[in-house]
Amino acid sequence: MSDDHARTVRELVVRMCANPEGGHLGGSMSMVEILVTLYRDVLRIDPKRPQDPDRDILLLSKGHGAIGLYAVLAERGFFPEELLASYGTADSMFTAHPNPAVPGVEMPTGSLGHGLPLGVGFALAARLDGSDRRCFVVLGDGELQEGSVWEAAMAAGAQGLDRLVAIVDRNGLQISGDTEETMGLEPLGDRWRSFGWTVLDVDGHEPDQVRTALSRVPHTPGRPTVLLARTVKGKGLPYIEGQARSHYVRLTERGHRRARAAVLRGERP
Amino acid sequence: MSVVTAEPTASAEPTASAELTASTDPTEARAGREVYRDVLVELMGRDERHVCLDSDTGLFSATAWGESAPRYLNLGIAEQNLMGVAAGLARSGRIPFVNTMATFAATRALEAVKLDIAWNDLPVRIAATHGGLSAGHLGSTHHALEDLGVMRMLPNMTVLVPADGPATDTLVRAAAELPGPVYLRLGRGATPSLPPEAEPVRIGVAQRLRRGTDVTLIATGPHPVLTAVETADELARAGIDAAVLNMHTVKPLDREAIVEAATRTRGIVTVEEHWAAGGLGSAVAEVVADLGVACPVRRVAVADRFAAGTGGHRHLLARNGISAATVTGHVRRLLA
Repeated sequence: MSDDHARTVRELVVRMCANPEGGHLGGSMSMVEILVTLYRDVLRIDPKRPQDPDRDILLLSKGHGAIGLYAVLAERGFFPEELLASYGTADSMFTAHPNPAVPGVEMPTGSLGHGLPLGVGFALAARLDGSDRRCFVVLGDGELQEGSVWEAAMAAGAQGLDRLVAIVDRNGLQISGDTEETMGLEPLGDRWRSFGWTVLDVDGHEPDQVRTALSRVPHTPGRPTVLLARTVKGKGLPYIEGQARSHYVRLTERGHRRARAAVLRGERP
Repeated sequence: MSVVTAEPTASAEPTASAELTASTDPTEARAGREVYRDVLVELMGRDERHVCLDSDTGLFSATAWGESAPRYLNLGIAEQNLMGVAAGLARSGRIPFVNTMATFAATRALEAVKLDIAWNDLPVRIAATHGGLSAGHLGSTHHALEDLGVMRMLPNMTVLVPADGPATDTLVRAAAELPGPVYLRLGRGATPSLPPEAEPVRIGVAQRLRRGTDVTLIATGPHPVLTAVETADELARAGIDAAVLNMHTVKPLDREAIVEAATRTRGIVTVEEHWAAGGLGSAVAEVVADLGVACPVRRVAVADRFAAGTGGHRHLLARNGISAATVTGHVRRLLA
């Protein structure tokens, strides 16, 4: 599969990781197709009116993926791509976790386990307003170890928030290594189902699958939906794919050339 | 400036019978949390933006919400989620009132309060019940002796501590109008009302309960404020002229009132139901330190330990030195 938008986003991400400060490469790369699909095909948003009250909400709960989000927002036209060059420099608005000063960023996130409670709040507000606005929350799989995620999952199930969608970037890795060896999450689908959610399973690098799944939201009346998106950490850089060391990377000039070349060659199945 | 922490005094302990008869005292008014509840029910009926988020507190069990019913949501025993949900609602244009116990708001849910609510400067009203030692025999798990310090540290947060029922009514209505987040510390049980002749309560302005030239007593919360008033009356009989300020707004602090106390009287004694570190006394001492004037500040607060032991609210206050005897002792040493 090759996709121009995804490739552009990956180029931007590796460029940011070539900054002296480096960046969260692996988790930004694993969710590229998810975010690109959301911003291109799913979200009812207008980059010219980022505060439109009727917009859909996207919260990046796995806030360490901020450079991935910034790249997608730039690519989608929320701000000029050139601005991303300031990432890693003093006083840049592009902090390593989402900064609400960046157009298109809804809320500051990145301390893990905050996005889903916020999403429940947005979804409740939409219901009280009688609006069909939807709220999408992108979570990391390691993040699911935070208790607040399950408080929110329970609340969303109990409240029957069928316009709330959680998307788990299931790349299977966290800083220490394999999520299952660190503190296992399986059977993950059963866990969400037991909290009253409808569970959809997709290949997170296949935009068609992500789009098809999200086009069916609300999937089940009175039940929130979670997409378990199987992904590969560091996707697009074969020499680092699926490795925990891709979590945070500072690319040298040579490393940047190599990474850029890999990204431009396109992803292989 | 000297800062001294009150030591517990055993002498002022009330007897068991005093505890039992406390609720029949004619000066007892209603519990702050009940006044809050009734005002909120009224406000909810008038303003569609208001949403009440509960966490199984039981405070609204008997409430008939009428048309406001869809805007009352009990989110169960999950305080971190409670604060995040409130932020999401507030960001969507709603004005959430969240209900939990003070210590859970200030410690268990603190990160959500800090990042989701305070950072975004959202109009969430945190109604924190069981403030100070008011949870009494429920024990240290339920005592909130850190909340004022924690909440006043957070940027954008307004911190309010009504001293009686009428002030609770006033401050809840005033808090509803503020553009940013509010922490409202309420007690558990009924507490006495202040004398009705007092100045009106306005956010950010210390309420002057007594004028005086020798020393200024600055207190926050129902029993501490009453303790300060009682102390001033006692001191007056001994020829000592004490001013009393009810500092119902801990943040933003009324600096002018403290400047006046520090420059026009010979010292300040603070009184609060809080650990000595970080609370009202600390806040007052910070202002005095910034001024650079030579004004002694003494803090009557709970010493640096868990207020363990059984007993009701008043018993624990006395056990921990929140008493007229302690305040009087400080004043006498300060003026000696």
